[in-house]
Amino acid sequence: MRTVIRGAGLSVRVYPRALIVGVLLLLAALAVALVNLTTGDFPVPVADVLRSLAGKGDAGTDFIVYELRLPRVLVTLLVGAALGASGAVFQSLTRNPLGSPDFIGLTTGAASGALIVMLIAGGGGAQVGAGAIVGCVITAVVVYLLAFRRGVQPFRLVLMGIGVSALLEALNSYLIYRARLNEAIAAQVWLIGSVNGRGWTEVVIAAVTVVLLLPTVVYFGRHLKLLALGDEMAVLHGVPVERSRAILALAAVGLSAGATAAAGPIAFVALAAPPLAARLSRSPSAGILPAAMMGAALLSAGDWAAQNTLPDVDMPVGIITAALGGVYLTWLLFRERGARR
Amino acid sequence: MTEPRLRAEELTLAYDKRVVADKLDVGITDGSFTVIVGPNACGKSTLLKALARVLKPQSGAVWLDGQAIASYPSKQVAKQLGMLPQAPIVPGGIVVEELVARGRFAHQRLLRQWSPEDETAVAEAMRLTEVSDLADRFVDELSGGQRQRVWLAMALAQQTPILLLDEPTTFLDLSHQFEVLDLCAELHEQGRTVVAVLHDLNHACRYATELIVMKAGSVVAQGPPAEVMTAERVEEVFAMPCRVIDDPETGTPMVVPADRHRRRGVRTPEAARA
Repeated sequence: MRTVIRGAGLSVRVYPRALIVGVLLLLAALAVALVNLTTGDFPVPVADVLRSLAGKGDAGTDFIVYELRLPRVLVTLLVGAALGASGAVFQSLTRNPLGSPDFIGLTTGAASGALIVMLIAGGGGAQVGAGAIVGCVITAVVVYLLAFRRGVQPFRLVLMGIGVSALLEALNSYLIYRARLNEAIAAQVWLIGSVNGRGWTEVVIAAVTVVLLLPTVVYFGRHLKLLALGDEMAVLHGVPVERSRAILALAAVGLSAGATAAAGPIAFVALAAPPLAARLSRSPSAGILPAAMMGAALLSAGDWAAQNTLPDVDMPVGIITAALGGVYLTWLLFRERGARR
Repeated sequence: MTEPRLRAEELTLAYDKRVVADKLDVGITDGSFTVIVGPNACGKSTLLKALARVLKPQSGAVWLDGQAIASYPSKQVAKQLGMLPQAPIVPGGIVVEELVARGRFAHQRLLRQWSPEDETAVAEAMRLTEVSDLADRFVDELSGGQRQRVWLAMALAQQTPILLLDEPTTFLDLSHQFEVLDLCAELHEQGRTVVAVLHDLNHACRYATELIVMKAGSVVAQGPPAEVMTAERVEEVFAMPCRVIDDPETGTPMVVPADRHRRRGVRTPEAARA
């Protein structure tokens, strides 16, 4: 079950199963990503894609790979990883499987920010991304303050988040209702969450998010193991509770904000990836890295399905994740009911 | 006499506006097995929480080695002082060994997360609390008594010279109660300072080297059980007439409550037959 690795000042305990699951998920995500590079309006054989990636492809293939498909594939991988990690942190901090950013209002808040930029300020591209990040951070602060009463009770935070989320949904509907038809349709499509037509700008947004924040949450993930046992236990064992929690929460908000900025509000990946990863690795708490890998694999697979489910239709991946997420949530509730009995 | 390592000075403890203890001064004698007793809601557990810096005092301070406990880095205190809380959150899907291993956090660093010392400390803690056989069982599937011993193992794995225990015998059957108390006595003999909140006065008198008797948020008496535990004091603190006799087994004070029930004229089955 456990193996210890020691040597040269390093001494860590690893759970081979979690490690294997993490590596397999990463390989699966990369494999699906490769398949996604080959499929589309102009099918390109795997060999040609690999040659192109190695810098030895012909101009036509290079154009298809680098301009049309690679940005989308990279955004998918990075956004999936960011959502998975963000969900793992929030579910652990709130000690609640429903405490993921898409349930406690963060994603909805990011959407509100983006819609305000799109429909009121008339901005586009990176400005929409900035709007999403600002909206997400403001929502996080508001939910935190509303839930604050002599410290934050995790359950209160989840309930407040759900309440704020509902309010923001109303705001988003109003913003769309008052917009001109073509703008409203564009906004509505953005709201589904999609990686279609994403370019290098979105790749940069998602990459910066993941490169800066994923190591942060992984580093503080050790604290998360004790925070999951309650604040009291965490204090007793030497975790600087307030500081750790603030850093973890802010980093997770950032991951969720960056993901939404790059791909719109993609539902359910943050909710489902961590418990699925935990289940596969049979580990108690979803390790952050396995959850991130699971997120990347899920979203890549989702995007493959979005492109290939219906002939000649390139659906937004948000539709696929929402459908899968609905199934997952139903299963979760059924299982809970079974467990209570 | 030198100042004790752990003490509270003018400690005022409150939950919101409900003051539990007002300007409490108390020192934990170094190397003692101190047991805190007192009626329900007298502030025993609250005091213990404050001593372990889990509860922030409204005013006053807890001092560890001559410095306010709040001014230390959290990990540094965690190497000196550990506590078994009353009702920890039971995490789902985690096995006993993994939970006990989390008790080593204070001794670990990023690149040195699992040293040979960690390994032995966890094994030793599990052996002492007799949970080694449960190592691969899920914590949320254990009985209350088993779980209590697992939490104790986690606190022991921390290997702190000062150990605070909030009602360590709850959920335990009689024999396990005494096993845990024997274990505390053993830890005390090894040189640790042990502070426990206990409900049973007779257990307290048997095991404590020092008693702290609390009533309504203040310390009424502190000292060896033989001096502190008198019939007058029990009646004063617990509003409970009693006799205090020598425990036939250990010679320590033993509280025998007065028979209020029958004296009130309640007819016992024997009386009814007569």
